[in-house]
Amino acid sequence: MTKMTYREAARSALRQALREDPRVFLMGEDVGRYGGAFAVSHGLLDEFGPERIRDTPLSENTFLGAGIGAALGGLKPIVEVMTVNFSLLALDQIVNNAATLRHMSGGQVSVPLVVRMATGGGRQLAAQHSHSLEGWYAHIPGITVLTPGTAQDARGMLLAALREPDPVFIFEHAYLYPIEGEVDETAGAAEIGRALVRRAGRDLSLITYGGSLPKTLEAADALATGGIEAEVVDLRTLRPLDSAAILGSVAKTHRALIVDEGWQTGSFAAEVSARIMERGFYDLDAPVQRVCSAEVPLPYARHLEDAALPQAASIAAAARAMLRRDG
Amino acid sequence: MSDDGDALKPLSGPSPGREHALTLLREMLQIRRFEEKAAELYSAGKIRGFLHLYIGEEAVAVGAMQALGPGDNVVATYREHGQALARGIPAGAVMAEMYGKANGCSRGRGGSMHLFDVSRRFYGGHAIVGGGLPVAVGLALADVLRARGGVTVCFFGDGAVAEGVFHESLNLAALWCLPVLFLCENNLYAMGTGLARHQAQTDIVRKAEAAGVPGQAVDGMDVLAMETAARALVAAVRGGQGPRLLEARTYRFRAHSMYDPDLYRAREEIERWKTRDPISLFTAVLREQGVLADADLAALEASVGADVAAAVAEAEAGAWEPVEDLLKDVHTPVAR
Repeated sequence: MTKMTYREAARSALRQALREDPRVFLMGEDVGRYGGAFAVSHGLLDEFGPERIRDTPLSENTFLGAGIGAALGGLKPIVEVMTVNFSLLALDQIVNNAATLRHMSGGQVSVPLVVRMATGGGRQLAAQHSHSLEGWYAHIPGITVLTPGTAQDARGMLLAALREPDPVFIFEHAYLYPIEGEVDETAGAAEIGRALVRRAGRDLSLITYGGSLPKTLEAADALATGGIEAEVVDLRTLRPLDSAAILGSVAKTHRALIVDEGWQTGSFAAEVSARIMERGFYDLDAPVQRVCSAEVPLPYARHLEDAALPQAASIAAAARAMLRRDG
Repeated sequence: MSDDGDALKPLSGPSPGREHALTLLREMLQIRRFEEKAAELYSAGKIRGFLHLYIGEEAVAVGAMQALGPGDNVVATYREHGQALARGIPAGAVMAEMYGKANGCSRGRGGSMHLFDVSRRFYGGHAIVGGGLPVAVGLALADVLRARGGVTVCFFGDGAVAEGVFHESLNLAALWCLPVLFLCENNLYAMGTGLARHQAQTDIVRKAEAAGVPGQAVDGMDVLAMETAARALVAAVRGGQGPRLLEARTYRFRAHSMYDPDLYRAREEIERWKTRDPISLFTAVLREQGVLADADLAALEASVGADVAAAVAEAEAGAWEPVEDLLKDVHTPVAR
């Protein structure tokens, strides 16, 4: 095990993939000479050269579509989109091409494309750089949606994505980049579609993913000091979703609180909640609850942004309220 | 360019040789008769959804395809029956696709707008205007990085030049010196909106040049001019000179789709363009040169007619994809 940041873990996977497979290349805005807007690709241009670490113009729809074409042409492109908000400029290629070409061609093509982007708030970047839209992407059949919440997953999920024959979208939470974790660099690819219990508990299930994972674990620690043992389930993959892990945890704890940095209305948390209703309803001792972002474009001012996002304190408070209901 | 001004000129150029001439004529005739039949089948309810006919524009696809080899890539639009047939996708597979049958070239998942045949490097059938351009750029990038030597020809209409991806894609292809021939089929209308009604700069070649892509315009009703221009530009592209743009000035004789009442064009304009029907013009030239006798034409018509009839029979006989296979091919099967 090596201590490294989430950023370094993602870079470690990029470097390994570029070394192992000549078909792999990285392209995106400022991935080369600048070293990546979040410094994930720092140093890779020197090692792999401009053919494989390609700076692109600010043409998100086109370089994402070029990634699709390059994948059709036999390569394994990794496309970096600077932030999830910018990825909206590429939605046409993502939704209308990346996700559809296999089915629409009657199974003639695969699009082995990996797209990485930063998501999430907490860095005072205001309403055009801070949103959590991965739940939207999880709506789309034909793509896989990964949301690493740990440094180990930042590495393992990228390696896993590169083994997939179809498009994979990795949402790296911007707040997590500088956070350190223990990483096993010999561990290889993570398992896609597999949620993990990050902390076992009996009283309620805190179900979360990505940037909310550390906050949720912090909330669970706080709850433990009050005698509440929360189980923390890290979804890790939003599509395909590991329903069995969610239902298994709820069957054990009988209470589910979903923590999702997306807005509550139409959120991914709503999908998780619906699955519990459909298949785990009779296991529940209390209504499913959600802690999501406030229904507001994320504001700049620190105190306002903090108030808009799920926090350890708001997660713990929601959990305590659920346990009081039948007390 | 005016709506029909400088394009209304007679065919010119040297004779292509009898055998090749008959090939060109046959390919254009096949598209024409195939689509006439498709329109009939649409009215009969055999083909549903959108059906965009290429009638009037046949010389563009047929001329351009002559410049390509089997290792080259083609990306087309939703008005792509002509490109598909000219690329050699069997007419039966195309017709069956329009029927929505499992023996269609996209197994009934795509329909008229999404014809695919990867064995012929025909990568769709794109129904988002301009959506094929970035894909073409990526295919060309893969060819360069893999040193395959292929060229990618990307068809799109005059409507696509209004999209951001047109400018982005030309820029990226020029910046990275990629082997793409951008082939703009300028039929003067983006659905119902005339070019001059949606573009301040109507000269598409100048737009390309602004992106660093040399371009030229060609009479898209003249199959020989199309072939000559396509061959020259594909040779430049293949030679590593970077992308090129070819603007084919053409016209669709039918409405935008079968739903379109065609209220935005003057009848006189349509009739004027029909005097430059690419098939009639080419036939006249070949007759004048003594290359085509009445019997030759009759034989071609009979042969094409039989092909179209066989395509319809193949579509009629095809099976429907089982509903149990609805979710097939959303993902590539993998052993886990």
